[in-house]
Amino acid sequence: MIYLDLFLGFLRVGCFAFGGAYGAIPLIREVVHSNGWLTDEALTYMIAVSESTPGPIMVNLATYVGSRQAGFPGAVLATTAVVLPSFAVILLVMVILRALLQNRYVQAVLRGVKPCIIGIILATGVHMLVSSCVSLTEIPAVNGRSAVIAAALAGSILTVRIGFGKKFAPVPLIILSAVLGMVVYGI
Amino acid sequence: MKKKVLADLLVTFMKIGLFTFGGGYAMISMIEDTCVDRKGWITHDDMMNVTVLAESTPGPIAINCATFVGYQQAGLAGALAATLGIVLPSFALIYLISRFLDNFLEITVIANAFKGIKVAVGILILEAAVSMIRKMQKKALPRMIMAGSFFLMLLISVFSWNVSSVSLMLTAGAISLGAMIGGKRKQKGGEEK
Repeated sequence: MIYLDLFLGFLRVGCFAFGGAYGAIPLIREVVHSNGWLTDEALTYMIAVSESTPGPIMVNLATYVGSRQAGFPGAVLATTAVVLPSFAVILLVMVILRALLQNRYVQAVLRGVKPCIIGIILATGVHMLVSSCVSLTEIPAVNGRSAVIAAALAGSILTVRIGFGKKFAPVPLIILSAVLGMVVYGI
Repeated sequence: MKKKVLADLLVTFMKIGLFTFGGGYAMISMIEDTCVDRKGWITHDDMMNVTVLAESTPGPIAINCATFVGYQQAGLAGALAATLGIVLPSFALIYLISRFLDNFLEITVIANAFKGIKVAVGILILEAAVSMIRKMQKKALPRMIMAGSFFLMLLISVFSWNVSSVSLMLTAGAISLGAMIGGKRKQKGGEEK
């Protein structure tokens, strides 16, 4: 039955997808293939769509596959299934394992993991920003239009910080960048 | 009163869900900005804890974060409201795309807008990292771990190595635990003399 298959398939994705969406892609591919839900080409395209729309990539994929296979109920089931495990795990940790976080050995591990995550986030940001403006494989190597957008955004952030002493909020920044993209790439 | 809190959670996380492009780390910067700096719902330290937790448990990071903040604010109902909020916008969008917009990415205006958004997401993630570095413990070991994982992760992403960031975190945790146990031995040895 398609509803049950969707639910169980995406429950499996939700349960075993460690390390973010990109780490989960092999598992998603396996689930989607073994059920014959998407071809490899369609999956690659859908990953691109999930990246270009807001929200977690895994959730977007689940909604898409569910809707394509079994309409609205399918979309609801697949999305619920992919969300359920992480929801339950956090609740469990909050309710039962709170004390565990205070344990000094756990604390020692956390003291190491936290700076590591900061390093990973820094690297992700640097890579994302640089790779959108400079390419290592294509010619010309510098993407002038994205560089212009980056300069304009950086300029706006600095103006707001120095001129008004405030932080440029993320939501207006996203909107500004979308408009800049339409203008700069549209010309 | 409780209804007000739940509505606030739902609407706030819908906003986060609607404007977070580019996956988990961008989500962290948005949640840090909204829930720590603006709303004061959780502390920065809580945010770091939930990030560690989110990374070491399966599933989308965003869902873990929303559930955590929601539960902290208003128990089970709060966790439900926040999680529903973060899922709802992309659910609606993707549902519409899957029904009506098969060639979504071939629409030039949308593709162009996304090229701009990609730059902004890089900047947002960078900003989040810098603000976290500022709040970090000013000690040698965390700084070394931070620098080391930065360079390794950069190499991993530039050369598309098939190494999960989870293994970096496990290594860092082990180093820190080892340093604590080793440090204690040393201290004990010193006392005996």
